[in-house]
This record gives sequence, structure tokens and C-alpha cells, in this order.
Amino acid sequence: MGAKFDINEAIKYLGRLANVGTIFKKELRSYFNSAVAYVVIVVFLAIVGWVYTSSMFLINVASLRMLFEWIPMVFLFVIPAITMRLLAEEKKAGTIELLTTKPLHDWEIVIGKFLAAWALVGIALLPTLIYYITIVFLGDVDHGPVIGGYLGLLLMAGVYVAVGLLASSVTENQIVAFILGLLMMFALFMLDKILIFVPEFMTSIVEYLGVDFHFSNIARGVIDSRDIVYFGSVLGFTLYLSVVALERRKW
Amino acid sequence: MAIAVRNLTKLYDTEKAVNDISFDVKTGEILGFLGPNGAGKTTTMKIITCYMPPTSGSVEVEGFDIAEHSFEVRKKIGYLPEMNPLYLDMNVVGYLEYSAQLHGLKNAMLRSRIKEMIDVCGIASVRHKDIGELSKGFRQRVGLAQAMIHDPEVLILDEPTSGLDPNQIVEIRNLIRQLGRAKTVVLSTHILSEVQATCDRVIIINEGTIVADGTLEQLRQDFRGSEKISLELKANVSNAMTDMYPKFKEIPQVESVEYGGEEGDLHKFSIHTVKGSDVREEIFRRSVSEGWVLLEMSRKATSLEEVFHKLTTAE
Repeated sequence: MGAKFDINEAIKYLGRLANVGTIFKKELRSYFNSAVAYVVIVVFLAIVGWVYTSSMFLINVASLRMLFEWIPMVFLFVIPAITMRLLAEEKKAGTIELLTTKPLHDWEIVIGKFLAAWALVGIALLPTLIYYITIVFLGDVDHGPVIGGYLGLLLMAGVYVAVGLLASSVTENQIVAFILGLLMMFALFMLDKILIFVPEFMTSIVEYLGVDFHFSNIARGVIDSRDIVYFGSVLGFTLYLSVVALERRKW
Repeated sequence: MAIAVRNLTKLYDTEKAVNDISFDVKTGEILGFLGPNGAGKTTTMKIITCYMPPTSGSVEVEGFDIAEHSFEVRKKIGYLPEMNPLYLDMNVVGYLEYSAQLHGLKNAMLRSRIKEMIDVCGIASVRHKDIGELSKGFRQRVGLAQAMIHDPEVLILDEPTSGLDPNQIVEIRNLIRQLGRAKTVVLSTHILSEVQATCDRVIIINEGTIVADGTLEQLRQDFRGSEKISLELKANVSNAMTDMYPKFKEIPQVESVEYGGEEGDLHKFSIHTVKGSDVREEIFRRSVSEGWVLLEMSRKATSLEEVFHKLTTAE
């Protein structure tokens, strides 16, 4: 009896994942149906290309280090633009009512949309690997920091996308969602840079909360469990808040 | 019983949008939910479809409680929200596919349902267009197709014809009629003729409470109320108020008599009678026996518009 019960639970759980997949596919497709996806990809390639070539020709260094310093700042403007529509648009158009009256949990909607926006950032980062490949041809490369850098970028993007989704879940105005998302991401980004203004006993806490601190750790090629725990918990907490915001209609 | 609503109340902050309403919808019935804007129709529908919970009270759909078995309820309901929201950047087939997948349809079943809905709703010619390019009439058809994609037992349609032109209204009403043969349908509207054209039964709701519930014929009967009979008589009397007025007033079914004034020997009266009576014959006899000449007599039956107006305006 017990075993049978477990199997049914497992099947139900897989069914839920299918719903997440359906929403994920729909959202990702609509990024590519509109210009959003292509604009994002071009912006990344252009900025990264400029940073990379200027360092190569001006200071004669072929390195990806500049890249990992610049992309986090590009994220600050590009990711809110990706995430602003996710829930705000549905609320404005009223389609949220169709979505939330389907046999779906609210968390499935949130996770599906989160994964789609995150995947878009990942897809936009892919073409930047071209620069990595050229460096491999030019000489010996320490692969560790590059792998760590990209992993760090992905984790950072995940946190930013979750924050942007949260911003989109509290308003039906996309511009408000953009600005709110930008501000929250900027705050997370700046935390470890304002430590001189912070009372001494709080510095380690504030530093720990800053996203760039953990990104730098991973980008150095050192993958520490504390950093992974940070990304995981911030992600989980932010997504949870988005689900709560979506459920606010029920209060 | 397809839907059973019991003592449903919904508070927005302190304002009662729906105030302790109860009603049943029988399987296969097309129920019109009629009321002025802001009466609580949409709120009631949002609760039945599990969009938001009630403050108190309960709803059962096909025997499933909305709070305890929300997913079972959702599977059994097809919903067309107010203003028919749609993803304008999706094409028709893609949108129906998305809706079907979220209802758990797969493969052959999914394809056959989409095909069937496209046929039933008459949207084959626009199936590959983006929804944003469609006319309002076609959008409404897509909205209905979406609502029925999983072959639900119950259809909840919130103002399905609002914003359409007269031809489109007729088309959509016919479509709802046709669909209604196999399903239980609840549709809301603030237009009375809509109910007359499509519904078996009507519930009139005003300020969050049900003020009438029945078939159209029942309502017409129940609210016929005091009918008004207008009279014009030619009579040679010195004082109409003392000589003529009492003769009409003393007829048992007459509730009140108004004297409408005189022009020479012409006198006008308005006579209000109690529900379901007809005193025209009696008026005629009395006039003849008194020697008055009856020049005009007309009875005005209460129309459904008047019933609706009476029920939904604060006295």
C-alpha cells in the first residue's frame, strides 16, 4: 500500500513538472517572437565585444577578466528589461485570471516564468564564448577562472532574474517593474562596496548579503559551499516572495 | 446539481461585494446572471472559478467543494473572464495548444480537441493568425474555444458579448445556445435582451444580493404587480371626484385611482389594479350603467425591462 501511494505521488509530481515545462516553453517562445530576445543577445555581444577588443588592442592583453567585471553591470540594466513583463503584463491584460484558474499551483507559474527568463540570459551569454575560444587559440589559458566566471555569471543572473520577477509580481505596470527591479538588483550589487559606511560589527553580514562578493569568489575559480548556499537561499526566498505576491489576490 | 452556492459572502476591505447569496444551477441549464454593473456578478464568478476565495460561504461544482478540491473544480470549469483577456502575441493554434497542455491534454487527444474546437467555434480561417490581428468577434470565439478546450461540464462566461457589434452578438449568442445543449452554462450580462435570447433561467442580482430567481415567464408573472389602466370618458357630471371617482374606487381589485383632469365633459383616469386581475370588463359595465361614454381604455402590462429596472434601482 505504502509503495503504491509513493508511485502515485511521484506521478503527480512529474505532472506538475510538465506544467512548469509548458509555461517555460511558452514564455521562452514569446521572448523570441518579440524582439526582446534578439535585442538582449545583440546588447551582450556588442558590449562584451567592445570591452574585449579594447583591452586586447589598447593594453595588449587578451583576457576575459574585464569581461567578468563588465557583464555584472550589463546585467543590472538588461535583466530588469527581460523580467519586467513576466507577471505585470499578465496582470495588466487580465490573462493572469485565465492562468490562475487552470489546474495549476501558483508556484508552477512562478517557476516556469523564472526558468524561461533565466534561460534567455543563458542563451544570450552563449555567443560570448566566441571570445573565450579566440583566447584558447591565442595562448595558454587558465580554464578554472573562466569556468568559475561563467558559473558565477549564471548564478548571479539567477538571483537577478528572481528579483526582477518579484518586482514584476507586485505591480501591473511594466515600467514600475523595471525600475523596482533595477533598484533591488543595484542594492544587492552595491552591498559589498559600501562596507566603509557600515558599522564594524555588521560588515561581515552586509558583505555576505552582497551578490557581487559571492560572484567574485566563484569567478576566481574557487567554488565554496558558502557561496552556493548564498545563491540558493536568496533565489529560493525571492521566488517564494513572488508566489506570495501572486497569491495576494486571495487575501 | 451542477453548481450549488451557499451563503456566499465576499468582502473587499469592508465593502460587501456579495452578500449572503445562495442558488443552484441544474445540469444542462443555461443560467443568466443579470444585474447592473458592480452588482456582484463578476465577483461571484471569480469565486466559482477558484480565482479568489469567498469571505464566507461555500460553493460546490459537480459535487466538489471549491476550497477542498479546487483542482477538481477547475478541471470541470471552462472560464471566459470579463473583457476576454488573451495573449495577443500568440497565434490561435498555439494559444489553444497552451491552454490544452495546462489542462493536461497530450498528443492525439490534444490535437483532436483543438481541431474540434476550431470547427465548433468557426475559427478555421484564422487559425494561424496572431490573436492581436483578429476582430473582436473572432477573439470572442477564440476565448470560447479556449474555455471549452478540455471539454468541461460547466461553462462560466462573464459578459460574453460585451464590446461586440450587433451581428457578432447574434453569432456569439447562437454559439452559446449551441454549446449550451451539452453543458451547464452560467453567463453574466447587464443586458436584458441577452437573457431573453439565450437563457433558460435568470437570476437578478443587485448590490450583492439576489432579488429575483426564476424563468423569464415566472418573473414576468411575479412582478407584473399593479397594472395601470388608462381611461378617457365622456360624461356630463358636475363634479368628477364625487360622482365618478368612487364608482371606480369601489371595484374590489382596484388599488388606487388617479384623476387625470377634465377638458369640458371629457374626464381622464388612471386605475392601478392588484396583481393578476383584469377589471376592464367591470369598468366597461359600470360606465355603461352610469351612462358615461367610454372613449378610450388601455392596459399597460409590466415589461421585463420594468421588472429589471424596478428590482435594481433603490426605492
